[in-house]
Amino acid sequence: MGIISRGFSGRRRAHDPDLPPGQYLTEDFPVLSAGPTPRIPPDEWEFAITTETGQVHRWDWPTFLALPSENVTVDLHCVTRWSKLGTSWEGVSLDTLVEDVETAADFALVHSYGGYTTNLPVEDLLDGKAWVAYRYDGDDLAPAHGGPARLLVPHLYLWKSAKWVRGITLSDVDEPGFWESAGYHNYGDPWREQRYWGE
Amino acid sequence: MSWRVATVVALRDQTATARTIVLDVVGWPGHDAGQHVDVRLTAPDGYSAVRSYSIASAADGQRIELAVEQLPDGEVSPYLAHDLVAGDLLEIRGPVGGWFVWRPEQTEPVQLVAGGSGVVPLLAMARSHAAVGSRAPIRLLYSVRDAGSVLYGSELDTLSRRDGGLEVTYAYTRVAPAGSLRPPGRVDVSLLAEATWPPVDEPTCYVCGPTAFVEVVADLLTAAGHDPGRVRTERFGPSGGIR
Repeated sequence: MGIISRGFSGRRRAHDPDLPPGQYLTEDFPVLSAGPTPRIPPDEWEFAITTETGQVHRWDWPTFLALPSENVTVDLHCVTRWSKLGTSWEGVSLDTLVEDVETAADFALVHSYGGYTTNLPVEDLLDGKAWVAYRYDGDDLAPAHGGPARLLVPHLYLWKSAKWVRGITLSDVDEPGFWESAGYHNYGDPWREQRYWGE
Repeated sequence: MSWRVATVVALRDQTATARTIVLDVVGWPGHDAGQHVDVRLTAPDGYSAVRSYSIASAADGQRIELAVEQLPDGEVSPYLAHDLVAGDLLEIRGPVGGWFVWRPEQTEPVQLVAGGSGVVPLLAMARSHAAVGSRAPIRLLYSVRDAGSVLYGSELDTLSRRDGGLEVTYAYTRVAPAGSLRPPGRVDVSLLAEATWPPVDEPTCYVCGPTAFVEVVADLLTAAGHDPGRVRTERFGPSGGIR
């Protein structure tokens, strides 16, 4: 336990088992981005997965929308300490996207329109853990929240769920992404409070 | 990153709802202008709450300065803005954030755009710019409700009197002081064109404020021709209806 703050009692809340340590609940959906919001017209949108051997698998907007989608309800945990529970999304599972992708790579670097990147192990993208989502709460995904499509990896801090996603590069080498190079944890598990370097 | 003990050495009211907290932090490693810290408060029963605050000061040994605006519904900010007294101890860790920063080796023009208490990390940049005697041209466009809501007004005046110092333009959104050349209103295309470095000068732009403000300003800057890669943003608060 830390130093007691004289006269501080805090706001008592019932313990919510869905809330990771150090997080507080919000009903709002805050927007945190490192730069301006890119506006990507769907007819210019493209998503690509590039393997460690240089093979490229591409989808444009119509072919992407033609893939089988899933509706999921997940909890979001932002490293800035807000959590939003029970959010509803529609998107394409990464399991579907990699069906025809031949790879033995261990690491993924996710690229976004606007230049943002984030890295994570390939296994964190598979087995029903990640989606490329294009609808939120029944509506098309707004640009400020990453539309036309964003990665959704809800078991990691939300900066891993790259907005405006345009591609994933698979590699045998783990390359730190944007925030991972700027002081934030390489993996980012909210349940282990992996916020910053060295945690 | 470990927690450090910080001693409150001074408190200064900035406005009716915001005040400056000067801390002495043993072993503080230094920071870049624009970075923030986590502040942890702990109740007697062990309950703790942590929030992030921007650092308002330029690097200065063990001293750091925070400026905290009290949020109406806040859990931590009312304590920091009201209850804290000199001599109290806080726990902090940081510095955090390596993107929304200005470093002395940057020579390109600097455009700061603040909405409300978003001025705090931008003040750290202006102070750092002055402290190192940077020759990079630097401007601040500060959007604020009225004169009484301005944070660090007299210091901004001082910084702007320095030769080659900060050029400050206020955009009052609710009430403009007597003698203002412009009626109250939000930052728009014409004000940006008048009061900020043009894209041709290739400034690095730092925009900090409430989400809706930053969305509008960042969009206006890129629409005016600024390279989105040169527009760095920091948003806070409610989404303002964005879905």
